[in-house]
Amino acid sequence: MAEEKKLKLSNTVLPSESMKVVAESMGIAQIQEETCQLLTDEVSYRIKEIAQDALKFMHMGKRQKLTTSDIDYALKLKNVEPLYGFHAQEFIPFRFASGGGRELYFYEEKEVDLSDIINTPLPRVPLDVCLKAHWLSIEGCQPAIPENPPPAPKEQQKAEATEPLKSAKPGQEEDGPLKGKGQGAAAADAKGKEKKAPPLLEGAPFRLKPRSIHELSVEQQLYYKEITEACVGSCEAKRAEALQSIATDPGLYQMLPRFSTFISEGVRVNVVQNNLALLIYLMRMVKALMDNPTLYLEKYVHELIPAVMTCIVSRQLCLRPDVDNHWALRDFAARLVAQICKHFSTTTNNIQSRITKTFTKSWVDEKTPWTTRYGSIAGLAELGHDVIKTLILPRLQQEGERIRSVLDGPVLSNIDRIGADHVQSLLLKHCAPVLAKLRPPPDNQDAYRGEFGSLGPLLCSHVVKARAQAALQAQQVNRTTLTITQPRPTLTLSQAPQPGPRTPGLLKVPGSIALPVQTLVSARAAAPPQPSPPPTKFIVMSSSSSASSTQQVLSLSTSAPGSGSTTTSPVTTTVPSVQPIVKLVSTATTAPPSTAPAGPGNVQKYIVVSLPPTGEGKGGPPSHPSPVPPPSSSPSPLGGSALCGGKQEAGDSPPPAPGTPKANGSQPTGPGSPQPAL
Amino acid sequence: MAALAEEQTEVAVKLEPEGPPTLLPPQAGDGAGEGSGGTPNNGPNGGGGNVAAAAAVAGGRRADGGTPKPVVAVSAAAPAGAAPAPAAPTDAGAPHDRQTLLAVLQFLRQSNLREAEEALRREARLLEEAVAGSGAPGELDGAGAEAASALLSRVTASVPGSAAADPPGTGAPGAAVFSASASGPAAPGKVGSVAVEDQPDVSAVLSAYNQQGDPTMYEEYYSGLKHFIECSLDCHRAELSQLFYPLFVHMYLELVYNQHENEAKSFFEKFHGDQECYYQDDLRVLSSLTKKEHMKGNETMLDFRTSKFVLRISRDSYQLLKRHLQEKQNNQIWNIVQEHLYIDIFDGMPRSKQQIDAMVGSLAGEAKREANKSKVFFGLLKEPEIEVPLDDEDEEGENEEGKPKKKKPKKDSIGSKSKKQDPNAPPQNRIPLPELKDSDKLDKIMNMKETTKRVRLGPDCLPSICFYTFLNAYQGLTAVDVTDDSSLIAGGFADSTVRVWSVTPKKLRSVKQASDLSLIDKESDDVLERIMDEKTASELKILYGHSGPVYGASFSPDRNYLLSSSEDGTVRLWSLQTFTCLVGYKGHNYPVWDTQFSPYGYYFVSGGHDRVARLWATDHYQPLRIFAGHLADVNCTRFHPNSNYVATGSADRTVRLWDVLNGNCVRIFTGHKGPIHSLTFSPNGRFLATGATDGRVLLWDIGHGLMVGELKGHTDTVCSLRFSRDGEILASGSMDNTVRLWDAIKAFEDLETDDFTTATGHINLPENSQELLLGTYMTKSTPVVHLHFTRRNLVLAAGAYSPQ
Repeated sequence: MAEEKKLKLSNTVLPSESMKVVAESMGIAQIQEETCQLLTDEVSYRIKEIAQDALKFMHMGKRQKLTTSDIDYALKLKNVEPLYGFHAQEFIPFRFASGGGRELYFYEEKEVDLSDIINTPLPRVPLDVCLKAHWLSIEGCQPAIPENPPPAPKEQQKAEATEPLKSAKPGQEEDGPLKGKGQGAAAADAKGKEKKAPPLLEGAPFRLKPRSIHELSVEQQLYYKEITEACVGSCEAKRAEALQSIATDPGLYQMLPRFSTFISEGVRVNVVQNNLALLIYLMRMVKALMDNPTLYLEKYVHELIPAVMTCIVSRQLCLRPDVDNHWALRDFAARLVAQICKHFSTTTNNIQSRITKTFTKSWVDEKTPWTTRYGSIAGLAELGHDVIKTLILPRLQQEGERIRSVLDGPVLSNIDRIGADHVQSLLLKHCAPVLAKLRPPPDNQDAYRGEFGSLGPLLCSHVVKARAQAALQAQQVNRTTLTITQPRPTLTLSQAPQPGPRTPGLLKVPGSIALPVQTLVSARAAAPPQPSPPPTKFIVMSSSSSASSTQQVLSLSTSAPGSGSTTTSPVTTTVPSVQPIVKLVSTATTAPPSTAPAGPGNVQKYIVVSLPPTGEGKGGPPSHPSPVPPPSSSPSPLGGSALCGGKQEAGDSPPPAPGTPKANGSQPTGPGSPQPAL
Repeated sequence: MAALAEEQTEVAVKLEPEGPPTLLPPQAGDGAGEGSGGTPNNGPNGGGGNVAAAAAVAGGRRADGGTPKPVVAVSAAAPAGAAPAPAAPTDAGAPHDRQTLLAVLQFLRQSNLREAEEALRREARLLEEAVAGSGAPGELDGAGAEAASALLSRVTASVPGSAAADPPGTGAPGAAVFSASASGPAAPGKVGSVAVEDQPDVSAVLSAYNQQGDPTMYEEYYSGLKHFIECSLDCHRAELSQLFYPLFVHMYLELVYNQHENEAKSFFEKFHGDQECYYQDDLRVLSSLTKKEHMKGNETMLDFRTSKFVLRISRDSYQLLKRHLQEKQNNQIWNIVQEHLYIDIFDGMPRSKQQIDAMVGSLAGEAKREANKSKVFFGLLKEPEIEVPLDDEDEEGENEEGKPKKKKPKKDSIGSKSKKQDPNAPPQNRIPLPELKDSDKLDKIMNMKETTKRVRLGPDCLPSICFYTFLNAYQGLTAVDVTDDSSLIAGGFADSTVRVWSVTPKKLRSVKQASDLSLIDKESDDVLERIMDEKTASELKILYGHSGPVYGASFSPDRNYLLSSSEDGTVRLWSLQTFTCLVGYKGHNYPVWDTQFSPYGYYFVSGGHDRVARLWATDHYQPLRIFAGHLADVNCTRFHPNSNYVATGSADRTVRLWDVLNGNCVRIFTGHKGPIHSLTFSPNGRFLATGATDGRVLLWDIGHGLMVGELKGHTDTVCSLRFSRDGEILASGSMDNTVRLWDAIKAFEDLETDDFTTATGHINLPENSQELLLGTYMTKSTPVVHLHFTRRNLVLAAGAYSPQ
């Protein structure tokens, strides 16, 4: 407050050189030093006077920041004509120039071509003022809604975590007689608490951490139950809502320990059971938690990282590794780990280096299965270009040999083949952009072969593509206003019809479309999960209107690169994030998924593919193999029963550990049609 | 010149309500002031201004527009001085007017307002005066100038009691000053001196600084005094320390005036750190003032020169000081004490540091004790009796004590209640009030019905707060008001618009166009419904008309009108039936910071950068009263619930209470350490709460004229204050993005009103503001611009979201 501020008076005056410069600009060449001095004094005084008047306008305008218009009004008070041309600029950049022993600050005035202005499209009309009501307080308690600031800001959560003795306990505070105090009061409380620190501890040589009470109110318990059920349930709409809530609600910090346990335990159980769908749901919860800006997650990273890492490198994540797309889960989790590293890695906890070590170790090991190998590489690749450069590129040759031996060699096992294939495309995808940056343009097949061995030629072509892509992107970025900074990994869940001629899991769409596609296959999931980016709403799908809805998706994905799988590394590119959505939704008649893979014959499925607009003549559903009934036929009773079966299945499965995600309680999704994903 | 500074400036127009039977007379003066002494002008423009001059300036300016309107047309006695400017030139034949005109021209010339001068002259067709008047000020030949000034003195001498300075003068907004004919104690002898010094020149004002000592000795003087005070007994030290700041300022100004720039600078450097931190804003102004030339037109400097800094010191301490100064032969300081300071000596114990700190901080020191002695009728007016179906009539009187009502006494009092008159209430017809219309009665009935459903608030039952956030306002929200029945919200914006929202499902409808109206069957029962235009009904209506940010907005109690005040110097009255502007009240000429309707409608008050508050009636384009006396901008204005008083909060860090009846200042409250930005009366009319940029809320007992509480907690300007409908809770909203609720009952309950405290005004503030704080509610980076309690005691808060 005012009492604490120390008066700081400045006797700043303009340098007399400024006067000279101004005089020169007016055509007065010789001006006496004395005159300059007098002028500076006078001008400085007037400027101060005007600034003081302008402050008045700022205060009356109920602002904290002085604006140019305040100065104008102050000038008007003095009957001085205001300065024109400085309006509506948030910030006027002053340029600095020096030379000839002089230093100048000036405001650059650009010459504007009128025709340019006329020809540029008009900017969007700013939104009009509107009025929005919310409850700031209900009978003395401040509800934890997004409109209100978080009950405990991150700083406080951090203080609690690091200095438990000093900070106020939010739980206790709420129990106090003065309910609903905001953090302003909390600060005061903290002071009070410090004073009345337990006298017992005062003389003790060590200080005990006081017992903290983690009691959830009934509402919070209900919320927790609802949210966790929705997150792992079968209703995609509910899940989207729940994830959105996790990602945005400000009042979750008290439930954070529970969520953390829920996730880690859930992963532990479901990895054993190879329940791919639930693992995906859990990873999406992690993502949502990470997205919530009000949570201080550092305290729980130690629980979350192992869970996420498990989902990357686990040997087996699904029941039928040959069919199900567990690769997408690994990609998604790898991205999560990269995000965790970016946010939480410090010099003291060394998260990134520890993670890198883990990945490298499992990759280097000769006996590592292809799945784990894929995960390790994906995890490393997501960590950024530097990591790719130092850890992946040197091993490309070796890895290429290994892949070749599997792909070209005698067919030992289909699973190995698939794995090697995936690893190869993964390497190409991630290494090409890096190489494109590292190596000078002429891309020579032979040079690549020499350097990278058997992968060389492929790599070379990918690098060429990457270069073209980069150029294209540069243009597109200029053109489009759509920039999505955070890539939204898209996971789609579906059930594979049969191990047919297609590459299992990965849907190869016609070459012209050549878009990265991720399809997840699962025996159980009824509805395709979608990523949980709260603010974007770009996927609306239903069985009947798939065509139109895909259009919607496409309209957003126009900026996505049209070529190959080389550019989907979302961390590095700015545009690509909107990935085409491919959904395969099954309505299995009898699917006892936990026991055996569904028989190929009794599976119905249909696929909805979103395609780029450039791809001509491709319809979504028609591009798929035959056993696809028209989407309209999907609302069959079978679908419903299948879902129910799935649900029961989850209930029947071995009693899960406390906090394990259970699918019960969720509603079967209508008539088995794919739910609106988001 | 000493005479000049002697008067406090809270002089206002004396008006008797005996003119028209129902309402206040719009015309100025009743001639009561004949023969009384003129009160010298304390305004920054010096003594030179007078009403005519001011009016002429305005008139001259407006002459181009063709709509001459007198700006300051209120004056006590003199017909000549009071004549509005446009009248003066047209009746140039009358000797009085002629003289006035000359005086005006002279004034204009000296103020370098050539344009206005020429316009005026053109209008008056005073070609013969061109000889004396034309040409640059410097070319004035001696004789002409002499003649003019002689004339001028005659004018002023013959027009005692008319003096006003209008801000346009030198760019220094001046407090317009009028003679309070009856109350002005100035002796007739002073009139002469006034006339002599009637040059609106700073040098006259500054003349007291002419005497000078050795500039190098100033530091010594000051540090000598400092040493003396610091070595004095503890009980005196705190009191005597009050001297530091005014002495420092005056010594510095003397140095600057006598052009000892370097000495002044080093003096400032050396001692500015000693001053109390709440003076830092003024110190900042002073620090930039380093040359004699700067002093011309510097408001702060003129404030110091023209008003005496008031100190309250016990007799013992004063004797001590006097003895010391005489011993040391320290004439320099003694002169300053004599000439620029007003020492209010009281008998009894010296005050403690805390007691002093609570009361100081204003631009011109504390209020004199006698300033707060006059009686104030703070009680509520008797509510007119209305036949209400429910017998739960009239609750207001019940809450007089600000205590929670008990069921029992209420039942008992119903019968006698309406007859009983509050002993503290003013006579019912002290201020003529408009008659109640049928619609008003209906509204009152509604109000009473709502009242029965009102939540009884208390520390255990806090109100809910509904926050109205203005989104996409781009920092442009400058004023908000909510109707009493909470159905409409008005926002004033920096882009000059006023927007009115309906927050109920009922949309805003305007009356149909005239052509459509003629088609309506006027005999039908629902004619009032039929005249409304359903097609254009919307939730939001935008009112265009101002040409600058809208700083004040106020709904009329009957919701038919909306007032808005703006940077463009006007107050506008909007109809909420047609959503058009009805009147633009011009008079302030400078930004109008606030405006508010009287609780009974019809009257409204406005206050602005020109340092005066004005009382208006909606059907008069000229103000009825001008409340002059503040030394800086009037930031906020509020009506007392009984409509007999107006409170103004100012940037000079004082709050003043003005009597609407006679325009007198009846209370001066000092104690804030920053410009005051919010005011509110308690519903029972006994208390006033004020909030300032220092983040503190101060509570005042109006009847006793005492500070009774201090609420600390906010960390930034308190922009809005409001009592709950029964006065149990005080809500405050601030720029620090919080709404805080305070226990008002507790704040007022252990209020000791023993005779000593009342007599001396020495209060001991309880340090209990943390206990009084009932709740703090953070918003998401939304400063709380307005607060409102609905009739059921739900809090509505409003502010514009300002993304970081």
